[in-house]
Amino acid sequence: MALPAFLIYASLYLYPALSNLLYATQKWDGITTPEFTGLRNITYLLTEDDLFRKALGNNLRFMLVVVIFQTAFALIFATFLLKNSKTNIFLRIVFFFPTILSSVSVGIIWTFLYDPNYGSITAFLKSIGLGAYAPLWLGNESITLYSIALTQVWFHTGQMIVIYVAGLQQIPKELYEAAEVDGASRWQQFKGITWPMALPTTAVVVAYTTIQTFKAFDLIFAMTGGGPSYASEILVTQIYNTAFVSQKFGYASAQSVVLVVLVLFITWLQRKTLRISDGTK
Amino acid sequence: MIVITGAFKTDFEIYTKPLSLPAVWSFDNFRKLFVESNITKPFMNSVIVSVFSVAITLLFASLAAYSISRLMTLTGKILFLLFSLGLAIPGQVNIIPIFRLFVDLNLNNSLVGLILVNIALTLPISIFILSAFFKDLPKEMFECAGMDGAGQFRIYRSIALPLSMPALGATAIFLFVICWNDLLYPLMLITEADKKTLPLVLIDYKGEYFASYSMQFAAILVASLPMVVMYLFMQRTFQAGLTAGAIKG
Repeated sequence: MALPAFLIYASLYLYPALSNLLYATQKWDGITTPEFTGLRNITYLLTEDDLFRKALGNNLRFMLVVVIFQTAFALIFATFLLKNSKTNIFLRIVFFFPTILSSVSVGIIWTFLYDPNYGSITAFLKSIGLGAYAPLWLGNESITLYSIALTQVWFHTGQMIVIYVAGLQQIPKELYEAAEVDGASRWQQFKGITWPMALPTTAVVVAYTTIQTFKAFDLIFAMTGGGPSYASEILVTQIYNTAFVSQKFGYASAQSVVLVVLVLFITWLQRKTLRISDGTK
Repeated sequence: MIVITGAFKTDFEIYTKPLSLPAVWSFDNFRKLFVESNITKPFMNSVIVSVFSVAITLLFASLAAYSISRLMTLTGKILFLLFSLGLAIPGQVNIIPIFRLFVDLNLNNSLVGLILVNIALTLPISIFILSAFFKDLPKEMFECAGMDGAGQFRIYRSIALPLSMPALGATAIFLFVICWNDLLYPLMLITEADKKTLPLVLIDYKGEYFASYSMQFAAILVASLPMVVMYLFMQRTFQAGLTAGAIKG
């Protein structure tokens, strides 16, 4: 009974993933016959390609910033929206809302918000007298990546809040009552009960957010396309550009292979560290 | 709010008063979208691709998840391991091989091709969520049915499926949001104008109407409307569906 699923999955997921390894050893422009070049793509990629290193660095920075802020915001909001009161349920619905939008829509909305002439963010800074400090959110090489990271956090924090709320509601109320009796402050309660008890949920949120940052192609493509001068290029946008703009398909495959290795490594690393701090293993 | 009101405003109004209600509720932008840009076509393409992708994925995934979780043999375990591999490898890394394969098979510029990709990409996570759910169903029920002489397929159809409606519903929403909003694969596979899906034409509009945010907002509104309406009626299923993937994973 698993056969139909397996056939599609094997032919359109496993087989392509494996053939990436073969394509990575070829030079192909999309038209002529592919030419075998051995490990040349990979060695060039790892030793000489500055743009790839830049995209890799961007990807890691984007990942770190988004993971830290998204997890922190989600946890903070979740602790305040924990009780199932009417207001809290309503607020959760509101915070969750962006999650259902497409990355392209979110990208266009935030392109408008960041617009240097008409955007609401710049307009707000002007209205409180800080207009002169308003940077080019998406046009300035040194901050573009962080502007997009902010959008990504706005986009997905609501989803993480809901995950956290589900996790935090599992914590037995008696623990808080006992702490209350002992005269623990809210911060002490958070540090002593909420944080350690929520660690498994944190592990889930961090893992999920990390994978999301590697999939941020749609958002970045809609906002900047990776520019200006590759400042917001991450690995998937670079793979896309290498293949479909520069017509270097073999080289793009080599980049994909490196991306797989990187993702698997990060997943492994996270599982290891989060499991240890969780105390279960 | 900016988007909703903006879609009905003139560009001048958006720039000067982004948060106010429009002075005149104008449907000009929508008329342009439907008449001049013919947004109906990509809208229908998105509906077709999403509905078929989700329906077929659910059918195949529930069959696979049922057999994996109920008939826990060695094959089941190996299958599960293989599908888990798909959770670890992000689907985006397959764009080049999929592109080459689909050009060879003449499946580029085809909605069928897009549906096939969507199914392959979403099967692992669906199987993961559903088999976790099937495992929690009481074993005795299936054993009784088995003793009464019901075949595996019969048990799947008349016991497992009806019992798993909430899980199937949540998974369906989860998949629908993914398929409806996906940009990368359509961008790569679809170049013909009448095969484009909504995220693709939104990108086109961004170039075409780059100076007109009101047009872009109107397009976003049209593209998001089905999701928003569904969300308003089924917030709980949405929240369950879009977080199930994370919690089970």
